[in-house]
Amino acid sequence: MISTSSRWWVPVLGAVVLALLPAVLSPYTQDLVVKITIYAVFALSLELLVGTTGLVSLGHAAFLGIGAYVTVLASGQSGAASIAWLLPAAVLAASAYALFVGALSLRTRGVYFIMVTLAFAQMAYFVFHDTKLGGGSDGIFLYSKPVLANWLDLDNKRHLYYTVFGALVFTYALLALIQRSRFGHALAGIRVNEQRMRAAGYPTTLYKLAAFVIAGALAGLAGFLLAVKDGTVNPELLSWHESGAVLLMLILGGMGHLRGAVIGAIAFTLLKEFFQSEALVGPLAAHWQMTLGFTIIAFVALLPKGLIGLGRAFSAPRAKRPVVPLEAEASHE
Amino acid sequence: MNETEPLLQATGLTRRFGGLTAVNGVSLELDQGEVLAVIGTNGAGKSTLINMLSGEIAASGGSIRFDGHDITDWAQPNRARAGVGRSYQRTTIFPEFSVFENCRLAAQANHPRAWRVWESAAQCGASVRAAHEALNATGLIDVARRQAGLLSHGAKRQLEIAMCLATRPKVLLLDEPLAGMGAEETERMLTLLGELRDSHAVLLVEHDMDAVFRIADRIIVMVNGEVIASDVPQRIRSNRDVQIAYLGEAD
Repeated sequence: MISTSSRWWVPVLGAVVLALLPAVLSPYTQDLVVKITIYAVFALSLELLVGTTGLVSLGHAAFLGIGAYVTVLASGQSGAASIAWLLPAAVLAASAYALFVGALSLRTRGVYFIMVTLAFAQMAYFVFHDTKLGGGSDGIFLYSKPVLANWLDLDNKRHLYYTVFGALVFTYALLALIQRSRFGHALAGIRVNEQRMRAAGYPTTLYKLAAFVIAGALAGLAGFLLAVKDGTVNPELLSWHESGAVLLMLILGGMGHLRGAVIGAIAFTLLKEFFQSEALVGPLAAHWQMTLGFTIIAFVALLPKGLIGLGRAFSAPRAKRPVVPLEAEASHE
Repeated sequence: MNETEPLLQATGLTRRFGGLTAVNGVSLELDQGEVLAVIGTNGAGKSTLINMLSGEIAASGGSIRFDGHDITDWAQPNRARAGVGRSYQRTTIFPEFSVFENCRLAAQANHPRAWRVWESAAQCGASVRAAHEALNATGLIDVARRQAGLLSHGAKRQLEIAMCLATRPKVLLLDEPLAGMGAEETERMLTLLGELRDSHAVLLVEHDMDAVFRIADRIIVMVNGEVIASDVPQRIRSNRDVQIAYLGEAD
């Protein structure tokens, strides 16, 4: 059901590699790794909804965008703000909107839920796009990057790298813990059969709302990091393209696994960079949406279980499938 | 709880779907230690009755008292945690989880502590014990580690009951637990129901008449949403109205 315990060393190895990377990376590549890592946090936050709880949201970028905007707006223009309150402010703002959206949208199911989450995200998008609040369609700049006392300055590339790294480790560890906890098992039960969960005595709407708010908070964390990394925010962060992109990351990587979300974020961002690069694909770079789109369709057609399905296909024969001796099954029939 | 009040008591329970009255003014009483069977033709309102008692759908009229409380307006999860357990006519399990986890997860509803995310669900002793007991009672312990979706139909029906038992209910609302079962499996289920009777109140909706007349202490006969007879099995068998309405005999 939930695959975390068996090959725990894979994410640990990934974290060690990620921690050592800056030693060998060029500034451009390091910047790319930071971007991918932030998107991995964002994708993981959605994985809690889509993969674990079975709630497909098409408005998840709203929480990323709100986290990013609050980071910039609350920083002001008078020197560097402290991470100690700026980060909680960004995360809380995203959680608060998630609580509002979740409380209203979780009454609906399936495609209606998708449409309602999309509608709330578009609402947030137009607030930033059409009002002076966040500089309109051009967005706003972050005057100075936040600091934490004297020992963390996110203007420093190395500091930013390890902060983003820490955020990914934190998010992954938190979600892995949730998946093995009673709360996570209950969310999985809701995904598989909500009717039965209610019959057993679970107030399922409350559970789904809690998952929705946690996912919104983590997306707000990703938004904070993205605003700090880019030093600017614009309404496109909240657009449905962004919500669609993060959903594609999950599909690309393989839904239902934390690793899938991370792999999907890596694959999607790299593919996008590749198809946008004039040096690599020539004039096609102007049509990157098309080439990226076709590539993703090909991936989904060839790997319906996502990239994570590739690794599983190779390791399947070793996996412990028949756990119960056959005679026990036979004696029962 | 009041000494004289039955464990479960429905009074004038009614459910309308638009112009159709699926259940009309049904009253019943049920106590620990007895099996009450509800029989009737298809569409008589038996499943609707169970759905109303378990809180899956709201009643259009009437009231339900359980264990000293008026639960008419209670949401289903609250009724379940208070001790109203149900099984489904169409198997409603978690097919991709193990048989054990199906029961453990059902039992966990009584020990939620959802905020303790640092604790593993597998270490939730209370739900693990309840799941073991339920699997032992239903004879599924040997297949506990199998994936539930791969069980035989009969075993899935047993799991349906096991999941209900794992929540430690006081009253069992069983919707056709014998549906699609072979003779041997039916026998096993009836033995189990006999054992459960002592410590539970059992409401049984069932089409297998042999089984019903063997196990039931009292029988309610429903036709078109209304109760036409409520009595002990021997008297139901000889009841004219029942023979005419239910067996279609007009001799």
